[in-house]
Amino acid sequence: MHPELPHQHEHGPGEAPHTHPEPGVDPHEPLHTGARALRVGIGGPVGSGKTALVAALCRALGEELRLAVVTNDIYTTEDADFLLRNGVLPAERIRAVETGCCPHTAIRDDISANLDAVEDLEAALGPLDLVLVESGGDNLTATFSKGLIDRQIFVVDVAGGDKVPRKGGPGVTTADLLVINKTDLAPLVGADLSVMDRDARARRHDLPTVFLSLAEDRRATPVADWIRALVATRTAVAGA
Amino acid sequence: MSLATLVLLADGRLPSGGHAHSGGLEPQIAAGRVRDIRELDGFLRGRLATGGLVSAAFAAAACGDVGRAAELDAGLDARTPSPALRRASRAQGRALLRAGRAMWRLASLPSREPHQPVALGALASAAGLTPVEAAVAAAHGTISGSAGAAVRLLGLDPYAVHALLARLAPECDRIAALAARRHGDPVDDLPAAGAPLLDIGAEHHATWEVRLFAS
Repeated sequence: MHPELPHQHEHGPGEAPHTHPEPGVDPHEPLHTGARALRVGIGGPVGSGKTALVAALCRALGEELRLAVVTNDIYTTEDADFLLRNGVLPAERIRAVETGCCPHTAIRDDISANLDAVEDLEAALGPLDLVLVESGGDNLTATFSKGLIDRQIFVVDVAGGDKVPRKGGPGVTTADLLVINKTDLAPLVGADLSVMDRDARARRHDLPTVFLSLAEDRRATPVADWIRALVATRTAVAGA
Repeated sequence: MSLATLVLLADGRLPSGGHAHSGGLEPQIAAGRVRDIRELDGFLRGRLATGGLVSAAFAAAACGDVGRAAELDAGLDARTPSPALRRASRAQGRALLRAGRAMWRLASLPSREPHQPVALGALASAAGLTPVEAAVAAAHGTISGSAGAAVRLLGLDPYAVHALLARLAPECDRIAALAARRHGDPVDDLPAAGAPLLDIGAEHHATWEVRLFAS
């Protein structure tokens, strides 16, 4: 529990005595004993391939990591249903959060329903290595709260136009990994991948960007490798 | 008492899960019963007189004596015939406790997922607020959440909706005062006003394939 603190503020006459937690203490209850799962947020515009990426990561990592997924749909359980239909993860490893018209609120401003979903998964399944939190399709400004996730991936697609990385926005600029999906469509939509690569580097400086075609690489190999490295680092730190 | 603390507790930006709930409004809009600002006025007055009164009384009672939390929780179960609304209330109670734990030192509660008004009373108590203040926060919360949902679902003019909330503020105070006066009553004697159409609407809503709000 939080250590008792001497009061920092004056109390008015008649005010009931009360105490506040130490401001420097993590405000969240520990989820369970032992290290909690690495939580990776996956955001990006509608139709960029977030759910397909989650499915690919489940295929690639489902057998080597203890994995669960939280989906945030705008109004349905569509994404959770997609994962179930594709048989990439059993139903008990998927939770759908409803977001009241505002997908970015549920991943950034009021993360309570997502934290509840993560806690419920860990309570039901035991310790996990990795929880993927998929945001509802939103716009280029949607990013995750650090109170919810450890790292975030932002997914854009070639068909959205090769100017998307240049436009920037918090998702493109600050995500820990930028995924540019549907490279197989580049010739069809007249998108220049070298322009996207150059603009992404200019926006993101040292942060990594990967090009992907989920239609061709159904295990999202570069993204799965990036996550494997994160999990390995985390385990090494926890074990040290 | 601290007015700033009360404002903090009643602020719609408190990260306590409320943004995903319409307070029963979404199914009523779909049924064509709420279409404009005038009908929203009727809906909110109804909410205040029923769920608002009950929430205010239970929040005040929990604030006055957190030791009664289990009993109050059971009392709210009895007053909430719709299983979907019970789930919605408990989900919001759990989220409120999460926010409250970060803000004040909460008394331990018998449930990690209490009904929302019980959680609200526990937070108010830990924050040094009085039962009537807990009641005001509860009554205000029952209408402000639905009002926000109306702006999103019907595209109503947000100024018109806030003008309505301003007109309802004295009624909110009156209901809260009424509720708070009874905060020490036995649980069975606390208000039990209900709105069957909202219960029925909530049960339908829970079965929809496509919905924008969780309740």
